[in-house]
Amino acid sequence: MRSVKPRKFDKSVYLSVGVALVGVALTLGPILYLVLGGFKTQGDLAENPTGFPNPFQWQNYWTILSEPLFWRQLLNSTVVALATTFGVVLFGTMAAYPLARYKFRGREFFFVVFTTGLMFPLTVAVLPLYLLLRDMGISGLWGLVIPQIAFGLPVTIIILRPFLKALPMELEEAAAMDGVSRVGFFWRMLLPLAKPGMVTVGVLAFIGSWNAYLLPLLLLTGDPTGMTLPLGVTTFQGQHSSATTMIMAYTSLAMIPALVFFLFMERRIVDGLTGAVKG
Amino acid sequence: MTALETSGVGQGSAVDANASAAGPRPVTPVTNHKRRDNIRKWGEITLFVGPALVLFLTFVVYPVISAARYSFYKWNGVSQFSDAEFIGFENYARALFGGTDPDLKQAFTTQYSQPFWEALGHNFAIIGLSMAVQLPLALLIALTLNRKFPGRPSVRVIMFAPYVLSEVIAGVMWLIIFDPNGIATDFMHSIGLNPPAGGWLEDQTWAFWVVFFIITWKYIGLAIILFLAGLSGVPEDLQEAASIDGASWWQVQWRINIPLIGPTIRIWAFLSLIGSIQLFDMVWVLNQGGTTGQYSTIATYMMQIGFFRSDWGYGSAIAVIMFFISFAVAVAYMLVVLRNDNTDRIRKAR
Repeated sequence: MRSVKPRKFDKSVYLSVGVALVGVALTLGPILYLVLGGFKTQGDLAENPTGFPNPFQWQNYWTILSEPLFWRQLLNSTVVALATTFGVVLFGTMAAYPLARYKFRGREFFFVVFTTGLMFPLTVAVLPLYLLLRDMGISGLWGLVIPQIAFGLPVTIIILRPFLKALPMELEEAAAMDGVSRVGFFWRMLLPLAKPGMVTVGVLAFIGSWNAYLLPLLLLTGDPTGMTLPLGVTTFQGQHSSATTMIMAYTSLAMIPALVFFLFMERRIVDGLTGAVKG
Repeated sequence: MTALETSGVGQGSAVDANASAAGPRPVTPVTNHKRRDNIRKWGEITLFVGPALVLFLTFVVYPVISAARYSFYKWNGVSQFSDAEFIGFENYARALFGGTDPDLKQAFTTQYSQPFWEALGHNFAIIGLSMAVQLPLALLIALTLNRKFPGRPSVRVIMFAPYVLSEVIAGVMWLIIFDPNGIATDFMHSIGLNPPAGGWLEDQTWAFWVVFFIITWKYIGLAIILFLAGLSGVPEDLQEAASIDGASWWQVQWRINIPLIGPTIRIWAFLSLIGSIQLFDMVWVLNQGGTTGQYSTIATYMMQIGFFRSDWGYGSAIAVIMFFISFAVAVAYMLVVLRNDNTDRIRKAR
C-alpha cells in the first residue's frame, strides 16, 4: 500500500523562484542599465559601464526636461493616442452594435468585410496610404489619427461584436416597451453595459498608437517638435550619436509614461490580449 | 416611395431587409407600417456602421488595392501616376528571379532578386527560430511559474513589461548595449572571449542572432502571459489526481497541462507567424536591417526600396508579395490547425 506522499512539489518552489529571478534579471537588467546610464557622465559610462553612477549627476535628465522638445513630443503622443482611442472605440462600438443586435440581410457580409482588415497590415498599405494622405492634404498628427482609427476598427469590431451579442436580448424588448428607440437604447443602455469591452479595446488601441513608428516615420518628417515620442527618440539618437548618456536619459524618460500606464492597466491589457486571442 | 428614396444608401437593400425580416410577406396594409420601420432600421444601420465602413474602405481597403495597382507600374511616386509606365508583372519578376530582360537579368538578380530572397529568408528563419526556441522557452517558463510562490504577481508583470514597451525604445536600448564599445563588448572581454570584430550588428554571423535575441527579449513576454492564462484554466484536481497516482512533474506537464493549453499554443504560434512576416519597427530601429541587409526583413526591404529609393512600383510589388505570404499562412493555419482542433472536439464529443 502506498503511503500518502507529502506534497512532493514543495522543494521545487526553489526552482520556480530561481527561474523567476533569472527572468526578472534578464528583463530588468537592460532597462536598469539604461536608466542608470542616464545619470552618468560620458567618461563614467566608458570606465565603469556596469557600476552605480559615479559621479551621480542629474544633468542629462535635467537638460532634457528643462527644454520644451521632450514635453512637446509627449503631448503629441498623448493627443494622438487619445484621439485614436476615442475614434476607434466610438466608431467601433457604433458599427458593432447593429452587426451584433440587428437582424438584416447582409449583416454577416459586412462583418466579414471588416474582418478582412486583419489580413491587411499597415505595412502592406503604407506606401499608397502615404500618397493618399498627401493627396487629401491630411498632414501632421491628423494624418496619424485617421488611418490609425481605420486600422484599429477590425480588431475592435471582432472583439466587441460577441461581447454585445452576449448581453440579453430582453434589454431591447424592455426598452421598446418603455418607448425608447433603438438609437436611444444604444446611447442610454448599451454603452454603459458595454463599458468593460470598450475599455479593453480602448487600451489596446491606446498602446498601439503610443508605440506606433512606421506611420510617423513617413508622415512626421522635418520638425522634431511635431513628432511623437518613438520617432522623437530615434531622431534624438541620430542627432546626439556621440552623447550616449544623453540618449540613455531621453529613452528612459520616453519609457516612463508607457510603464506607468502599463502598471495601472496591466489586468486590462492582459485580459484584452488573451480575450482578443481567444476571439 | 419618396421616403424610400431619401433613405439613400439603404435604398436597394431595404427591400431585402424587408423580405428577410418579414419572411413571405403577407399582402396586407400592415406592411406599410412595417416598411416605414424598415426604412428607419436601415437608416440607423447606415448611421451606425457608415462612419466605420467609410473610414475602413478609404484608409485600409483603398490603399491595399492601390498597392496592387502600383505594383504593375514603374513609378517614382513623385511624377503623376498617369505618366507611369505600365510594365505588367515585371516588378514581381525582378523580385523573384531578376526580371525577364535577358540583358539585364544578371544585374537585376544582384540588385533586386538577391536582397529580396535574403530578406524573405530572414523572415522565415525568425519564424523557424520562434517555434524552435521561443516556444519551448516560454512554455518552460510558464510551466515553472504556474504555481503559487511569493512575488509571483510581480514576476508576471515584470516579464510582460517588454511587450508593452515600444519597439523603438527597446531597439535604441539594445543598440546602446550592443554598441561596439558598449557593455556587451565589455562583458565578452571580461569572460575572456572575443566579441565580433566588426561590431555586434555588422558581423555577418553574429548580427542575425543578436537581432533574434533582441526580438525574443521583446516578445517572449506575450507567449508567457498567454500560456499562463491558459494554464490557469486547467482544473487543479486533474493535476493533483495525476500526481497522487504517482505521475512525476514532467508527466503531469507533458500529459495534462501542455495538451490542455494546446489551443492557446496554436494561437500564439499563429500570431507569431504573422508577426514574423510583418516584422518592421524593431529591425528598422536596429540600423534599418543592417548596412548590407544582414538581418533585413521583407518589410524593411520594402521601405528601403519603395520609400527611400523612390521605386514605388517595385516597393508595392514587395508589399503585395508580403500580403500573399501572410494570407497563405493564415489559410494554411486555418486548414491544418483549426481542422485538427475541430476533429479533437468531435473526438471528445464521442
